[in-house]
Amino acid sequence: MSDSRVDLIVIGAGPAGISAALEAATRGLKVILLDEQRQPGGQIYRNVGQADERRRRILGPDYSAGKQLVQALLASEVRYVPNAAVWHVMDEHRVHVLLNGNARVLRGRQVLIATGAMERPMPIPGWTLPGVMTAGAGQILLKSAAMVPQEPVVLAGCGPLLYLLAVQYLRAGIHIEALVDTSGRREAFKHGRQLLAALAGWPDLLKGAWLLARLKWAGVRHYHAARNLRVEGERRAEALSFDSDGQSHKVWASLILLHQGVVPNTQISQSLRAEHVWDEQQLCWVARRDGWGETSVAGIFIAGDGGSISGAKAAASQGRLAALAIAHRLHKLDELQLASLAQPWQRRLRRETAARPLIDALYRPQAPNRIPADETIVCRCEEVSAGAIRSYVDLGCLGPNQTKAFGRCGMGPCQGRQCGLSVTEIIAEHRKVGADQVGYYRIRPPLKPITLGQMAGEREFDLSVFSPLKRIPS
Amino acid sequence: MPTDALFRRLQQTGQQVRIEFEGRSLNVPADVSLAAALLLHGVGHTRESAVNGRPGAPYCMMGVCFECLMEVDGQANAQACLIEVADGMSVRRQRGARDLLIDPQLDEEVVDE
Repeated sequence: MSDSRVDLIVIGAGPAGISAALEAATRGLKVILLDEQRQPGGQIYRNVGQADERRRRILGPDYSAGKQLVQALLASEVRYVPNAAVWHVMDEHRVHVLLNGNARVLRGRQVLIATGAMERPMPIPGWTLPGVMTAGAGQILLKSAAMVPQEPVVLAGCGPLLYLLAVQYLRAGIHIEALVDTSGRREAFKHGRQLLAALAGWPDLLKGAWLLARLKWAGVRHYHAARNLRVEGERRAEALSFDSDGQSHKVWASLILLHQGVVPNTQISQSLRAEHVWDEQQLCWVARRDGWGETSVAGIFIAGDGGSISGAKAAASQGRLAALAIAHRLHKLDELQLASLAQPWQRRLRRETAARPLIDALYRPQAPNRIPADETIVCRCEEVSAGAIRSYVDLGCLGPNQTKAFGRCGMGPCQGRQCGLSVTEIIAEHRKVGADQVGYYRIRPPLKPITLGQMAGEREFDLSVFSPLKRIPS
Repeated sequence: MPTDALFRRLQQTGQQVRIEFEGRSLNVPADVSLAAALLLHGVGHTRESAVNGRPGAPYCMMGVCFECLMEVDGQANAQACLIEVADGMSVRRQRGARDLLIDPQLDEEVVDE
């Protein structure tokens, strides 16, 4: 092949992607790491190399821990390419990427997808109003731009990130108007079996308990088991109304941050037609992978939350394991070396994933916030409501791909990223069948916006120029 | 209509650049994304739905929701949360679907190659 071929292309520079790239480079592979952001770290360690002392103190030690990883990447042999939006991956391992408006294509002997998680959409009435954002968005603004809410803010939903952001805002001196929790009190004791298994992951449990204690100590108004959430307002968010403890409440705020967990971003693996299965515990699609992370498409691996949700530390271990398997496949390691190098990472991974079943059970998003009432908009791009989707089913629509023909649902610019899981679950519920019988959207390239002009101007990625971006001829 | 900003900076330090939003000149930090910069200025919304004109504004800040699509220096469908601001950048709300007009300059570039 031409010189635009490398041993391994890694997509995504979060903990999984960076760890995999470093491990592969250590084993003598020629590695290129493509990332959509301007700085390495993924969303979890976003901007960690640039954040000042005050921001690191607000964000806490788990965030600062990423700095080492980012520094190791920048000091390594890995060719790291920021601002790279992958818009098409082909199963013969050709990766098409948009670099500052220029289309480039390169080929890898193996490909690792490490595109991480995105927040699970939380379709409640009014969630499309300006002033409603995700908790993750709030945290990204803090990490990347040292930005905090101007006025009192309401946090609503469930999951560890919601509590973490609340504590980070407290450290930054931000007033939290209310924490509207859709999960109940003392849920942990209802999940005895998972609780017992989770004890091996005790540091994670301790962290969660500490966050809750910190919120209580600070006197944050914390509503539990909230139901019937609704964002009020005409042109922008003005308040959040909900029921909790048998009472109706309305909390005024111009900024409402929603969150109900994270789900794998599967756009690339879905577009490759890798086999995916519905995970009933995590309520999302996960690509079927072997113990090393390889999907049903030969030579295409996934590590980290892009495969299934298990957190940043597990993502790093999975990245190491996938890289070792790839090094073995490319004859850099023999069978024995692979086994002995993999063993410590496998042991770590077991510990790092021990608490996950309990976390999934504790913060399982409530059905009405995933499968909303008729009036709620589900597809933000094409303005399709849950009721419209049910009416398509009544007319004979069997799955998400047909909703496109009925009402353009899922055909907007986000390509189903925001509505896909809701559409699957709404149809499944209405048809009274399982989600796996309903299936998912057929994801097609381009995965990111690209003009015909850019596509027509596509060239081979020039691997002879080592420093990324600045020296790539336009 | 200008509204109150939803966000503020923890401290006002660092370099500033000027961008133009809907013909209005804004002073913004040099090292933030376009979406972040606009959230500091209370611009209300950044797009109007192609279907019903509903106002939309940055939502996920990580490039997956496509709610922050804007017209940046004449280029439609730009994700404001993934673009860093630059001095002199001119941005407009994306109203409806993007135009299919061919940018003559872009056309020329392709021919030149």
